[in-house]
Order: sequence, then structure tokens, then C-alpha cells
Amino acid sequence: MEQWLSLLDSTIRVATPLVLAALAGMFSERSGVVDIGLEGKMLVAAFASGAAAFVTHSPWLGLLAGVMAAVSMAMVHAFVSVTYNGNQLISGMAINTIASGITPVLGLAWFQQGGNTPQLDDDSRFHDITLPFADALSNVPVLGQLYSKLLSGHSILVYLTILIIPLVSWVVYRSRFGLRLRAVGENPHAADTAGVSVARVRYIALFWGGVLCGMAGTFLSVYQTGSFIKEMTAGKGFLALAALIFGKWRPLPAVLGCLLFAFADALQIRLEGVDLPIVGQIPSQAIQVIPYVLTVLLLAGFVGRAVAPKSIGVPFVKSR
Amino acid sequence: MTDFAIELAGISKRFGAVQANRDVSMHIAKGSIHGIIGENGAGKSTLMSILYGYYQADSGSIRVNGREVRIRNSQEAIRLGIGMVHQHFMLVDTFTVLENIVLGAEGGLLLKQGMEQARAHLLQLNRDYSLEVDPDALVGELGVGLQQRVEILKALYRGADVLILDEPTAVLTPQEADHLFCILRALREQGKTVILITHKLREVMDITDAVSVMRAGTVVGNVRTADVDKEKLADLMVGRKVSLKVDKAERTPGAAVLEVRGLSLTDARGVKLLDGLDFQVRAGEIVGIAGVSGNGQSELLEVLAGMVEPTSGEIRYHGKDLLQEKSSQPRAALYRQKGIAHVPEDRSREGLVKSFPMFENAILGYHNDKTISRRGLFSRQALLARTRDFIRQFDIRPDNAQLRVGLLSGGNQQKVVLAREIHANPDLLLIGQPTRGVDIGAIEFIHRRLVELRDAGKAILLVSVELEEILALSDRILVMAGGQISGEVAAREADTVSLGLLMGGHKQ
Repeated sequence: MEQWLSLLDSTIRVATPLVLAALAGMFSERSGVVDIGLEGKMLVAAFASGAAAFVTHSPWLGLLAGVMAAVSMAMVHAFVSVTYNGNQLISGMAINTIASGITPVLGLAWFQQGGNTPQLDDDSRFHDITLPFADALSNVPVLGQLYSKLLSGHSILVYLTILIIPLVSWVVYRSRFGLRLRAVGENPHAADTAGVSVARVRYIALFWGGVLCGMAGTFLSVYQTGSFIKEMTAGKGFLALAALIFGKWRPLPAVLGCLLFAFADALQIRLEGVDLPIVGQIPSQAIQVIPYVLTVLLLAGFVGRAVAPKSIGVPFVKSR
Repeated sequence: MTDFAIELAGISKRFGAVQANRDVSMHIAKGSIHGIIGENGAGKSTLMSILYGYYQADSGSIRVNGREVRIRNSQEAIRLGIGMVHQHFMLVDTFTVLENIVLGAEGGLLLKQGMEQARAHLLQLNRDYSLEVDPDALVGELGVGLQQRVEILKALYRGADVLILDEPTAVLTPQEADHLFCILRALREQGKTVILITHKLREVMDITDAVSVMRAGTVVGNVRTADVDKEKLADLMVGRKVSLKVDKAERTPGAAVLEVRGLSLTDARGVKLLDGLDFQVRAGEIVGIAGVSGNGQSELLEVLAGMVEPTSGEIRYHGKDLLQEKSSQPRAALYRQKGIAHVPEDRSREGLVKSFPMFENAILGYHNDKTISRRGLFSRQALLARTRDFIRQFDIRPDNAQLRVGLLSGGNQQKVVLAREIHANPDLLLIGQPTRGVDIGAIEFIHRRLVELRDAGKAILLVSVELEEILALSDRILVMAGGQISGEVAAREADTVSLGLLMGGHKQ
């Protein structure tokens, strides 16, 4: 029980930035803009928030800086691929390259710590929050334990994410913006003739994608490690993208995909250095590869045909 | 005095070197059905795009209900009460009918309330015009006839008083077209104004009150329908006497070149695209396949050309089943080698590489021909010589073998494909939509060429959605509906009514 709880607990931690990034990707891709720049946007946000939190001693200002950094990258992506009908893959790749280049350079110039930002002190970080009555309930079997060990004791960003999931789902399926978002990604010409501005919807979608990426990056640096570390996103953006495809571009299944990947990741940490019966100790490299192998297997075999938004990747050129 | 819903005065529009509209004027009376008729490229669609705000006219003025307006985009057109039903439907396939209709006019930030109001309004419209559309059906699963009604509903929901329909019957069976005309008449009775863009004379005569005839970007006649007849309109439209009649002598066909038995094709979802087809094509005859597009004709051509493998059945060519042949080559190449030539329906996707020059396109699929290539290297001289032959024989313009094919007109592109396929001296020619997007002059030329081939004893299988073409060229006509052959008619006894019934799936 104890072991399982801590396994699930770390699943939630690992999943949070993935979920935020996957939802970010869902906004852009549902609007018809391919978003392989999730990785870069997260990285830039992680750096900006780490730096700002260090300078201002406020995690909230860090979050603000992170969100602004990711949003500005998203707007570059929008400018290239929506306003100028550029190639969305190249634009996204450029964002990733710029992000992995500019963050250590600025880090080195500002903080002289090998491209990382200085370790944040306690006041400048997001903390784990103990939910009310968590201690009192920790001895109640099952439900109490679930509440105190699993639900309680996370950062505010985790709780925000838990609120954001149903909110995003509701926006996509129940709001005017959601209807337009889906229409624009599916058949922009239909949306255009119905009087919807395709460019506007895509800009807004990328903006909110930027906000969510900003939160994801901030989670990594201002909460998880307490500082920005070079290339700290380590492929999480792409993993989120994979989860999005796994979920067939629908919010809740995409979140499920993130949880699956996060679970594999948590399992990997857990299995490291453990003696298993018969096989003995598995080399850590073999274990670290689990989430990625899982990604390939899931995407290749178990998802079935993932039907992307029909107009994804195609710049909208008004014509008739 | 008649009130005019739309008045156009002196509209001109130029795209680069092309003058699409030149000094176009017309008056469209309120509560009438007004036809705009003309050949492909006469400028009808451009004119309506200007009215709907897609383009700005270079000069001229537009009055709506007597008031002069500028229409800068489609939202402004909608606000003025102008609605458009596009030739290619502007619908989101993954949405329900209701969602498609409220898109862009949701009536609030949240969907719920707007959707409920829209549903009530929609049911009302459904009743008023007997449209019979289920608001909760997925649009992608509806047939084209119903999708078109969704487009009409969309425009009406936005309060359109003037409804523009761009070639609305192109995708419909004659029966569906009749239903559409009932709807249009109901609209007229309710005081709506309908503008019908078409190139079909029958429709204009059947339903319109007045007609504007366009040719080469200008209006060559504004007339009341009651004052003219088909022949007069045709003369106006083309500017000279034309006959779509093709001179062809009776001929007794020879032995069967192609014999198809029980041919079926099922797609991944289990839908039967071809369902047990049996027919023959004999030497020296043209067999026409009529049908509304999307009833299996395209799949049939693809299967016979070896591009798609059928699920079951036999394709006997000169008596031997092609499907039993073993070969290391792709099927399409093998069939071609055996003398089956294929002019595909969609020439720009399957017949040509538009960015290649004419002389490279002239050998696509025949690149292993010993006379033009040796050990994998082409002889440029031989290529160019062959292409110049094509240009001479088929009167391809401009006569520059090095020109990118994408720059040629539709008719000349089609001539390149046809020249290439005929050059190989095939025994069987499969040809799909031979004159789609082709100008009248080229149509006559292509039709003559096909009849010559037939007279030379070749077997020709012709697929076309243009009934007139089928009627003019074929010796026998097979009608396809829902992947099956719903009937066979000798060309001498066929007429549009009986074919129309078969096209709708009524079996003989």
C-alpha cells in the first residue's frame, strides 16, 4: 500500500507538466497549427521563471515571467505560421533550437553558473501544500490514506492543473470559442465563410497554449528542482505531444496518456537499483528507456488510427 | 414598378492578365429566381464572389435593395442578407448539422442557449421549406443532397433574403435536383430572391424567371426566360452554333476485349464500393458509364487500371484473368504494358505532374520504352521529338514542349494525357471525365478523337458525370448506383429521364 501510494504520488508530480503541455498542444493543434515547439516553450518558461523567481524572491512573479516568455515564443510561432503562412514544422523546430541555445547563454551571462540559474531559497519556490485535516486523516485506512498521502502535499500548480483539466474540456466542447477552434482546425474555409476569423482563432489558441506551456516550465524550475538546469525539459514536450496523439486530440484521453507516461517514468525511478526475482538487477539504462519504448509501442500499435484535425499543418489561404 | 433586390452596374475585375469580368450590369428582381448561365470560365463565379465579398471589384457599383453598398468581406454580405451555397460545400464534416449551422452565429459565449434557439428555428425552417434535415446528424455521414440543404439552412438561419447557389446540381441526381427546385420555388413563394449559377440550359428553362447570359467575362444578354428557348440561350452562351452531337456511324463491335465478372471492392470500413459488377467491352465500341459521382465509377476505373486491387471477381482481358497474372512489376505498369491505357478522372492528381515540363509528362508511365531510354538514361532528343509529335497531332497550345504543364489550360493538359495514352496504341482505353474543365473547342476535338479510336477497332470504357457526353459518345450505356450496375441501355434508346431513374438506384 505504502509503496503503491508513493508510486502514484510521484506519477502525479511527473504528470503535471506533461498534462499542461499536452493541453497546450491540444489548443494549437485543434486550431490547425502543428505544435512541435512545446518543448522549446517549456524550456524558455523554465528559464525565465527560475531567473525571475531568483531575482524577485517571488514564485508568483516567476510564474508570470515564465508565462510571458512562453507566450512570446507562441506569438512568434503564430506570426510565422498564421500571419505569414510559413511552414509550421520549421517554425516549431526553430523555437526548440532557439530555446535550447538562448537559455544557457543568458544563464551564463547573468548568473555565471554554467548556464543554470542559482538554486532558489525556500521563499522563492512553490511549496507542497498540506490539505486541511490531512494529518488527522492519515490513519484512516484507504480513503484517509489516499487523501493525505496522494491528494494532499502537492504544489499549488498541481491543484491548478487539476482544475484546468475540466475547464479546458468544457471550453473545447461547450463554449463558442471551442466550437470555432474545432471548426478552424477541421475546415477553415467553412469557418471563414461562416464569418469566423481563422487567424484570430489561431492566435488565441496559440496564446492559451503559451500560457499553459509557461505553467509547465515554471513547475519544472520553480517547484521541482528549485533552479533552471540546462535542457531540463529533456523531451517532455515531445512526450506531451505523443500523449496528445494517443488521446486523439481530445483533452481527457490526452490527460490519460500523460498519466500513463508519468506512471512508466515513476516506475522507472522506483525500479532503479532494485533486485528483481530471477532477472536480478536491471541496468539503469534499460530502465530509463521504458517511457520511450512505451511511447513507441502505444503510438504504433494500441491507439488505432489517430485521426488528426483535418487541416492541421496547412496554412489557411483565403481562396475560392 | 418592380423592386430590385440586387443591381450590379459596370462591374469589372481583372486578375493579372485575365479580365474575369468586364463592365457587367444586371438587375435581379425581388422574389424571383434569376439564372446566370455561361460556360466554364465565363466569369459567373467571379461575379458572385464579388457580390459575396470575397473579391473587390476594380470598378462598378452594387446596390442592395436600392441602396448603394460596398461589400468588403463575407460578413458584410451576410449582414446585407446575402447568403451563398458554394459548389464545394463549406461544412465541417465532424460537426452535427446544428453545430455547422450555428458556427459563426452562436449567439453568446456559451453554446447551450444558442443551440437551443437554433434548434427551434431550424425545425421551423425545416417545416416551412420541407427540407427534412435531422439537426443531430453528423454532416460527414449525410449524402450530398442533404449536405446541400444544410448549406441552404445555414444561409437562411443567418437571415438571407438573397440566396446564391453556385452550380447546385453538379453533384445531384436528376431526382434530387428536382427536389432542390421544389425547395427553391418554396423560397420564392416566401419572398426570397434566388440567384442560380449554372451551365445547364434545362435548369434555366425549368425554374428561372429571368436569365443573364455571360460569355468571356461580359453579359451578352439579360432576358426573361419566357421570351427565349434553349437554342437561343445556347447560341448566346457560346457565341456560335455548336452541336454536342458527335457524328458517328453505326458499327458492329468485335470480340470482347474486357470482360468483368463479379467484380467487388470493399473498403477498410466494410463498405461495398463495388458490388458484383458484370459487363463486357468489345472491340470497336464505346461503353459509357453514367452515374452521379461517388457511386463507384472512380473505384471501377482504379481497379481496372490496376491502381487498386479488388476484393473479389475476375478481370478478363482478351480472355485471360489479369488478376491471376504473376509479375514483379506493380499491377498498373503490367496492365499498361499489356495494352490497357488509362486517362484518369483527376488529371492533375493522377495524370500529370504539374510542375514537370510537357515533355516529361508526355512519357509518364512509359519511361521504360526502349525508343526513348537506354540503360536508365533518357534521350532528350527522342523525348522532345515525341512531344512535338503530340503537339502537332493534338493541336496542343502553346506549342512549347519545355513548358511546365501546370501552365497549360485544362483542355490542353487533357490533350497531353490523351496523346500519351493513345501513342502506346492500346487495345483498351479507360477514360474518366474526358472533358471536365475543358473548353468547348477542345471538347469537340477530344470527342472526335475518341470516335476515331473506336472506329479503329479499339475498346473504350468511358466514365463521365455529364449525361450529354455519355449520350453523345456511347454505343451502350451502363448506369452505376451504389456500387452496382443498376441498368444497361442502348444509346439509341436512352434519354435523360430513364437514365436519371437508374442513376437514383431504381433497378431495371
